[in-house]
Amino acid sequence: MTNSAQFQPASDHSLLVYFGQQITLDAHHCVRKFLRSLELKPVVGVLNLHPGYCSVLVDFDALKLSHRELEAILRGRLERLESVPLPDPRELQIPTCYGGEFGPDLNDVAALHGMTPAQAIELHASVTYIVYFLGFVPGFAYLGELPEALATPRLDSPRRSTPRGSVGIAGNQTGVYPFATPGGWRLIGRTPIAMFRPDRDDMSFLSIGDRVRFTPISIGQFAALENA
Amino acid sequence: MRSIEVQSPGLLTTVQDLGRQGFGPIGVSPSGAADPISLRLGNRLVGNAEGAAALEMMLLGATFFFPEGAIVALRGSDFGATLDDVPIQPDASAEVRRGATLRLGPTRSGARCYLCVQGGIVVEPFLRSASTHLLSGLGGFGGRALRKGDVLRIGQATEKFRRRTIARRVAEQLASREVLRVTRGPQADWFPEAPHGEFYAGVYRVGEQSNRMGLRLEGAAVPQAKGRQMITEGASLGAVQVPPGGAPIILFVEQQTTGGYPKIANVISADLHRVGQLRPRDEVRFEQVSFETARSLLIEQEERVTSTGAILE
Repeated sequence: MTNSAQFQPASDHSLLVYFGQQITLDAHHCVRKFLRSLELKPVVGVLNLHPGYCSVLVDFDALKLSHRELEAILRGRLERLESVPLPDPRELQIPTCYGGEFGPDLNDVAALHGMTPAQAIELHASVTYIVYFLGFVPGFAYLGELPEALATPRLDSPRRSTPRGSVGIAGNQTGVYPFATPGGWRLIGRTPIAMFRPDRDDMSFLSIGDRVRFTPISIGQFAALENA
Repeated sequence: MRSIEVQSPGLLTTVQDLGRQGFGPIGVSPSGAADPISLRLGNRLVGNAEGAAALEMMLLGATFFFPEGAIVALRGSDFGATLDDVPIQPDASAEVRRGATLRLGPTRSGARCYLCVQGGIVVEPFLRSASTHLLSGLGGFGGRALRKGDVLRIGQATEKFRRRTIARRVAEQLASREVLRVTRGPQADWFPEAPHGEFYAGVYRVGEQSNRMGLRLEGAAVPQAKGRQMITEGASLGAVQVPPGGAPIILFVEQQTTGGYPKIANVISADLHRVGQLRPRDEVRFEQVSFETARSLLIEQEERVTSTGAILE
């Protein structure tokens, strides 16, 4: 499977490594192992790594490496990818207060799929999601896959600001906004959990590969957790 | 401990160094100076390490009071600075006496000016860097732009005042230009017209909503690639992404680390500092070069910037 990796220069200081062009668990597995390999044993001249669904963008110092030199080094890593140890995935809960002021798009999403808001909540909270990768902003985890019956396109025009902790869906993805940022995902709830905690060693609440479930909570429980 | 008091904060004054690399896996982009070459040269003028933390000002400068004095240098665009009402030469080190006031005004050239201070600006590092990341409110001075009344600490003085200037030849080579050179983006072939289509033929204006995250460009819409589904992937500094509306966005220092729009091009490393000097309403064009050319341009530029002849004593 690793022989199928494709290399594509993204800029004069970065190289994209693709593990196929589809979101699959196989590709995700390769992304995790490749990332882990480069974290455990860094390549001199590599500055940064940006994992995606089925790719890793490798950012490098163009004064020290060329695309060709880096590709040769990375191909060596790919040959030994299977032996890279991965930590066991953690199982985590995200308590979420759905609907109302916290989930202004819940009713629209439910109506779009011909279900009640309660059914939409039940469906969203019914599956275990995988953290495919973190990106966009600090601590933002791309979670998949959303049940097919809930898959919903992004808003036509993004909100200028999405409150911190908002739980959104877009296509067959779901995720939590760690900061108040502009955003086009449909908001169905909010969590009191801090997704990014700069004062802790493990700054991001979620890590790549984690298994995640959303658990519905009341507004009272939300307030209690927020003040805890 | 010496200090700087902010009497007026200007439009957007932040603590920046050369950014924090290596935290892409948790979604943290490097941030850092928008014009890193100006920051590096400014630091050399005052005898600092190139990457010492300094103050980045945008479009409208700040006013600073120096209770204990300092050795400073201004580098980047000309903000019409005065020291106790006497014009101060940019691109040169200067001695600020105890109790003096440094006042900067609106820009007379590009978007950003750096105030470098001997000893550097001292803040609590976040992920090994002093850079402010405004969107997440992390790093720098309280994770935010400076406000009136803020008091910044200055690091230990390292040497006596020495008059230094930037070689005119080097300053001229770094000057802004209307053409930004780019390499092919990872989805360049999704845009069938490239390299002769609208994107390379057009003149683009920098939009008002541009910031450290990205520069929004206004001009001829880049025709949308049809029938292709983009899968979210890592995005490079300087990537030119094209959302469905066709208005390109250059991802910049405080960029989102990943993105779901196709990228037609990427600004070359040697021109990234010029992006940091673009003001809203400035016009730019794009010219494609090969990856090899981009790399040799960077190597040449680094040789010029790091050469001992770049700074005159």
